[in-house]
Amino acid sequence: MLSTFLAVLRRDLLLAWRGRADVLVTLAFFVIVVCLFPFGVGAEPNQLRAIAPGVLWVAALLACLLSLHRLFAQDHADGTLEQLLLSSEPAALWVAAKVLAFWLSTGLPVVAVAPGLALLLDLEQGALPVLVLSLALGTPILGLLGAVGAALTLGLRGGGMLLALLVLPLFVPVLIFGAGAVEAEASGTGAAAHLLLLGGGLAGALALAPWACAAALRISTD
Amino acid sequence: MNSPERSRSIFRFAAPHNFYPLAGRLAPCFAAAALVLGVVGLWLGFFVAPTDATQGEVYRVIFIHVPAAWMSMFVYLVMAFWSAVGLVMNTRLSFIMSQALAPTGAMFCFIALWTGALWGKPTWGAYWVWDARLTSQLLLLFLYFGFIALTRAIEDPRRADRAGAIIALVGAVNVPIIYFSVQWWNTLHQGASVSLNKAPSMAATMLLGMLVMAIAAWMYTIAVVLWRARSMILERERHTEWVGAVLEREAQGGRA
Repeated sequence: MLSTFLAVLRRDLLLAWRGRADVLVTLAFFVIVVCLFPFGVGAEPNQLRAIAPGVLWVAALLACLLSLHRLFAQDHADGTLEQLLLSSEPAALWVAAKVLAFWLSTGLPVVAVAPGLALLLDLEQGALPVLVLSLALGTPILGLLGAVGAALTLGLRGGGMLLALLVLPLFVPVLIFGAGAVEAEASGTGAAAHLLLLGGGLAGALALAPWACAAALRISTD
Repeated sequence: MNSPERSRSIFRFAAPHNFYPLAGRLAPCFAAAALVLGVVGLWLGFFVAPTDATQGEVYRVIFIHVPAAWMSMFVYLVMAFWSAVGLVMNTRLSFIMSQALAPTGAMFCFIALWTGALWGKPTWGAYWVWDARLTSQLLLLFLYFGFIALTRAIEDPRRADRAGAIIALVGAVNVPIIYFSVQWWNTLHQGASVSLNKAPSMAATMLLGMLVMAIAAWMYTIAVVLWRARSMILERERHTEWVGAVLEREAQGGRA
């Protein structure tokens, strides 16, 4: 069972590595969205510092959303998905492997770049570890929930917009606790409660989302 | 414990061709009940109930606002229930019911938000505040939109049914999480500058008017959903013989 997980993980990571440009585009999108805000709201440092956690989190969320369609689309187009569904291995297992590979190739770079962008917005340096931690806990939840939406909208006309409509309301709690953690740390109240809730959310999503996603994939490829 | 005939007599209505005439008989009854109760409720609310001591006449929007808000949340639960039944029992009618419920739920959600805005302006001085209840109601509306958009975007009805059922269930699991997270977010940001708590004591006629209106909303929902389910059944089963027979009879002026 573990070998299936590792095989799918290695394959997806290799594919992501071969198509590095896609990953870089996601990253560039994240950077550009964050850089747009000072132009929109003005370069007043106090104001930027106040909105920094929210801006970084919303940008990370959008970057994740825009790359979600890549999760299954290619495998659906070339028939890999059907072969995987036909295999005797439990679908939730390789779905989890695919989501993990997706997170390693898109979520992790975003998490790594975020502290640098936080400096652009003059976020307090003491809050940077919490920012990284909250993104590291939160973006996998986005990937897991988004995978269900991506599976349901597989191969549909206007799938991208539909995907956004389906999953963005579900992302709201993650956004609240993620941005809230950074804000709480910056204002000195401590981020432990937010981070624990994010961790709990991640555990819950890990337990439920792969099964829902596997069921959705079976429906979509029927 | 159940004799076979007894269980048959209930579950045979799960078959669309048995449900169709039943829904046709029941829908007008519920519609009539909705009309009568709606008129009585509005009369109680607008003419009988006393003027509120602090809010004046504005509070009377409560007779539409609160039943709509109740209904919008309840309909989502019923929708998720039928989706679960459909996925487990593999019955076509369950999916039809859940899809017939969605537009009505979205409508009540919108009414609750709209009347809430009209109520908020004179009492709080703003059409919208990012209060926990308002925000979760707004997100509920988005969940309805997502469900409707997904089921409409998929052409194959079998796939649309199941995909919609999954997203309804995922949404139902998330609704409490969204509600509590939004509540927490709001209390963290600012103290409760605006409290939605109603006056502790409510005149009996106010409560009565609201309950009557709530029951009227129920009756309306049931009637509309039955009608919508009927047309969905006709559309999906149009190639079957019984639909042909029904349409012929209705064309000749008879009732199904």
